Amino acid sequence: MGRKIILKHDGTPNLKDYEVYRKLGGYRAVEKALKIMSPADVMEQVKISGLRGRGGAGFPTALKWSFLAHPEGKPIYLLCNADESEPGTFKDRYLMQYNPHFLIDGMICSAYAIGAHTSYIYVRGEYKFIIRILEKAIQEAYANGWLGKNILGSGYDLDIYVHSGAGAYICGEETALIESLEGKKGHPRMKPPFPAIAGLYGCPTVVNNVESLAVVSWIIQNGGEEYAKIGVGRSTGTKLISASGNIKNPGVYEIELGLSVNEFLYSDEYCGGMQFQGRDLKAVVAGGSSVPVLPKNLILKTVAGEDRLMTYESLSEGGFETGTMLGSGGFIVYDEAQCMVRNTWNFSRFYHDESCGQCSPCREGTGWLEKVLYRLEHGEGNERDIDQLVAITKKIEGNTICPFGDAASWPVASAVRHFRHEFEYHVKYREKVKNRKHFETEPMRLFMSEFLKVEA
Amino acid sequence: MKVTIDGHTIDVEPGTTILQAARKIGGDIVPPAMCYHSLIENTGGNCRVCMVKVAQGSERDPRPMPKLVPSCKTEVQDGMVVENISNPNVLEARKNVVELLLINHPLDCPVCDQAGECELQNLSFKHGVEMTFFEEDKRVFEMTSLGDKIKLHMNRCIVCFRCVKLVDQISPERQHGLLYRGDRAEISSYIQKAVDSEWSGNIIDVCPVGALTDKTFRFKSRVWFLKPMEAHRDCDTCSGNALVWMFGNEIYRVTMRNAPYGEHEELICNTCRFEKKNVSDWEIIGPREYPKFSVINQNNYVTPPKKVVINADKRLL
Repeated sequence: MGRKIILKHDGTPNLKDYEVYRKLGGYRAVEKALKIMSPADVMEQVKISGLRGRGGAGFPTALKWSFLAHPEGKPIYLLCNADESEPGTFKDRYLMQYNPHFLIDGMICSAYAIGAHTSYIYVRGEYKFIIRILEKAIQEAYANGWLGKNILGSGYDLDIYVHSGAGAYICGEETALIESLEGKKGHPRMKPPFPAIAGLYGCPTVVNNVESLAVVSWIIQNGGEEYAKIGVGRSTGTKLISASGNIKNPGVYEIELGLSVNEFLYSDEYCGGMQFQGRDLKAVVAGGSSVPVLPKNLILKTVAGEDRLMTYESLSEGGFETGTMLGSGGFIVYDEAQCMVRNTWNFSRFYHDESCGQCSPCREGTGWLEKVLYRLEHGEGNERDIDQLVAITKKIEGNTICPFGDAASWPVASAVRHFRHEFEYHVKYREKVKNRKHFETEPMRLFMSEFLKVEA
Repeated sequence: MKVTIDGHTIDVEPGTTILQAARKIGGDIVPPAMCYHSLIENTGGNCRVCMVKVAQGSERDPRPMPKLVPSCKTEVQDGMVVENISNPNVLEARKNVVELLLINHPLDCPVCDQAGECELQNLSFKHGVEMTFFEEDKRVFEMTSLGDKIKLHMNRCIVCFRCVKLVDQISPERQHGLLYRGDRAEISSYIQKAVDSEWSGNIIDVCPVGALTDKTFRFKSRVWFLKPMEAHRDCDTCSGNALVWMFGNEIYRVTMRNAPYGEHEELICNTCRFEKKNVSDWEIIGPREYPKFSVINQNNYVTPPKKVVINADKRLL
């Protein structure tokens, strides 16, 4: 049984009410931070804990905070990135829906550490119901003196506001989020300057994921060393994983980093194995749609033959050739009956729709990828298209303003790399592909076994 | 500050971008730029054709930058070493970006008014690929107008943001921007209302492609049949320094005076641009030089101007 931090009180009725949360030991971290600790102490504890950003990139949180500029006469802002739009990821929604005070708790500690007096929670547009939950929680926090002027008589002021996005994926990128919060169109900014130097309204700004901010309260309460004890190597602490796809128990799980992928997939405590009897695991997208997809043999074991663990390092072992990334923790599992071409097309369709249109490689390239994949999937592809897909991803990758271009090209490049035979199948048996209703009539598995026999 | 670009070292002021430094050196090593325009604040970084490799960050921190950087937005550091044409990766990336810029471009140059002075034409001629495997449908938009003088042909647009940022600069509030996102993005002023400014006509000139064209000039003539003449008139709004495009004794259109690298000298007002089309309105100074490779130098027309009085004191013909 792994240790639980975020989901410790999961299942407690009415946990989102202030009284219940307070009775379970909530806001003790704020008391401790404001009364005993200095901002530098709080930052030190976070540094000791080794907490890394939970939004996808895994950048050390304390290091991000330490980059903050402190110009005269300019406020510092703390932004909470709750624009969780990565396909396959739904951990922040779970956290905010069932335990909003935990987030506010962590935000007060974090804001105190960096010296911010205004903080915004940027919530994705589709999460309207969560905005109501968060606003109620913030009101309760104001009423009980955890927010507002002179919190706990320490002389520290903090206001938290909730801002609703309009439902664009790109606003999860930190500079696009800042633009959107300023009331402009969500176009990522050129970096440098980084938000820590000039962010919201030109002031130093820290943007952190919901999960990273929330666990700060636990770190303050229990100490950074305690947090650093969990996990393996540089991947410390616990992580929320949103598991979905062909598994028995889809849902949000909290794992200790360092758990093996095999155990996470097959143990009853977590995913509980495959959804259907007799259908084996085919592939796993380990960290939300933007990370490379890996086939069964590579997701369970690395090329070196070691067990793959759920850590930032282990999952990325082998680079983009044979590795993937922990990302935001959207764990999507495919069984043998799923068609990789269709799934890749589906991801590409998403990226085509969500590209912001600011810089040319991404704007034009995502559309091209989607159109080629659409043709392949609908039985109109030709041999050249498969190599063409790889060529297009190379044209986009690394040439864009923000990481969106990379995120759009990695799933396609990895799908072609690891499942080339399925793409070739789609080119070779066009009529079958055309008439086949995916997931319904004939499972992909039967087609593939037939096809592989022919090839052999 | 010393910066080395492709082996050429130059001393520049702090705050200069790599592109500006390269332009100071001149020659082949200047990266092309489709979205950067020095008259317009805050432009650059969108088109990604000016990407260069920074092989050495600075004297103090000699690490190379991990990715290619947009030269129009990256300020030089002391001791920076930049690779442009000497790095094959840069040329490859540039080729790829030009290909991507062209896949949704209609390539209707034979009927496009911008042909001959189109920056995308020049760019793809110099840096583009011979052929593309793009065989899908291109994106298509309705043709619209921005007011009664400017035609918007969105199919040709490469979303360089020059016009958007120019309108931000010349009008007190937001009047012109980008609708939607991705490759469905469309530049537009508020419900096709004209941009309400005396300087709005300049967005035609800053447009690197034929997306924004002058309705008073559309389909009148190809630009290489016209002779660009420097001209001046006493204008209350602008400086009155413009370029008139003449065929014989007729003025076909009035534009901003061009500057090297697809840029312009100064903005002119709408009165000069759209309404003053008589030779008598202008004092013609003399012909304007265009870059050597430009098709405008073709000068295919043979009708010499007769009634035009050329002020030869200012410039010899």
